[in-house]
Amino acid sequence: MNTPEIIKVEKAGVRFNLASEHINGLKEYIIKFIKGELIFQEFWALRDISLTVKKGEAWGILGVNGSGKSTLLKLICQILKPAEGTVWVNGTIAPLIELGAGIDGELTARENIYLNGAILGHSKNFMQEHFDEIVDFSELHQFLDTPVKNFSSGMAARLGFSIATVIQPDILIVDEILSVGDIAFQRKCEDRMQHMLENGATLLYVSHSIDAIKSLCTNAIWLDHGSMIASGPVEEVSEKYLESQSR
Amino acid sequence: MFKIFDYVSGLFKFKDLLQQLVIRDIKLKYRRSFLGYLWSVLNPLGTMIVVALIFSQIFRFEVQNYPAYLICGQVIFNFILESTNAAIVSITGNASLLKKTYVPKYIFTISKVSSSMVNMIFSMIALVLVVMITGVKFTPYSLLSILVILQVYVYALGLGLFLAQVSVFFRDIQYIFGVLTTLWMYCTPIFYPITILPNNIGRIITMFNPLVSYVTQFRELLVYGRLPSMDLIISGILWSIFVLIIGLISFKKNQDEFILYI
Repeated sequence: MNTPEIIKVEKAGVRFNLASEHINGLKEYIIKFIKGELIFQEFWALRDISLTVKKGEAWGILGVNGSGKSTLLKLICQILKPAEGTVWVNGTIAPLIELGAGIDGELTARENIYLNGAILGHSKNFMQEHFDEIVDFSELHQFLDTPVKNFSSGMAARLGFSIATVIQPDILIVDEILSVGDIAFQRKCEDRMQHMLENGATLLYVSHSIDAIKSLCTNAIWLDHGSMIASGPVEEVSEKYLESQSR
Repeated sequence: MFKIFDYVSGLFKFKDLLQQLVIRDIKLKYRRSFLGYLWSVLNPLGTMIVVALIFSQIFRFEVQNYPAYLICGQVIFNFILESTNAAIVSITGNASLLKKTYVPKYIFTISKVSSSMVNMIFSMIALVLVVMITGVKFTPYSLLSILVILQVYVYALGLGLFLAQVSVFFRDIQYIFGVLTTLWMYCTPIFYPITILPNNIGRIITMFNPLVSYVTQFRELLVYGRLPSMDLIISGILWSIFVLIIGLISFKKNQDEFILYI
């Protein structure tokens, strides 16, 4: 009843200028300017999203490609700032938005563990203490001194997941990343996420696998073209979503 | 003003990341080359020898201890060149990271300038070698050259921050700046003494090019073993603080827009 709120998104919107992506030079700019085509076409990747997540809840985010799922996660991670509305987050975040982020292909796995840990805000001492734990979980003992550019995408994902989940975060944000790992590792990751949830973490989970969402999440939100179609208990929302998809 | 202070103090939390990024740059710079870090010493030494040979045969300047004079100017100018060129792409080049993780954005610019700085410290070995071989005595003043390095570092940081944020919105700045640095090199007394310039040009250059101050301070301390004039020191310090503030303010003002343009 009295569980504290941990994430609060109020009427948030994210806006991109579509046109600014295409004008790449002065010539083009002047031509467009003369033609009067220089009206910045606004594109709202998210609009009017309100969401309140309480501590310990697990939310699945549903929607087709390009519906704004990752944008919502980036908003909550504070990578993006809302153009309107507010986003309020209270707690540490372990963002698993893309496991490759922060991994430098030229560096070895060992060096990457320290670099990536630092990107996530861990101190060097902390990483030294947890180094073995990370290596054990990733099962990459043999390849510690191999440059990561020679890794397969599955191996890189293992490394990324192991580093990002070394702490028990308040909020765990997972964006469709485990699809590259093999089944055994996917299961291992799911176990770890389950374990974190039992320890009181809050989960935000994007996946196209409705079954995975149903098994991990208690609530769900359905996005379409940047607006919120439905939110509520996972069964209810996923049923609606499936219905709309099978049509 | 307090806001800027808060902004900068955020760096403290990410000091380990800064360290890691600098280590990465240094490690990767010479990875897979046979001589490795030695290049940081050999490179300035080699260029100095080439330029010294050319200028002692073709153009002759009335400069006492020309090799040492030359390498002092080169070490400073190369640092400015390397750090600003790395800083200019520090935001656009780390787009993938900035889009996917939350870290203070200026950390990438600072790390680039800092790793160039480490590289400059390596090349100081070459400078010390030249100074010793040419028979200059070390004085307590030589140690004060650290303060000059500090001024140049702060200056490069400010300039780097400014250029990095401009290049997010206006990529052409990289090429424009490339041309400008050539002009800048000739406007800095690296291989010639400033006294050969006509009086008024010399005065204008001294006024608007802070590198004149840094290079001269550096030489006075290291090569000629005396304290630079107070004017030079003050103008050097003021320039570096001024440019840093401009860089920080412009960076902070625009940083939330970066993600929409990278």
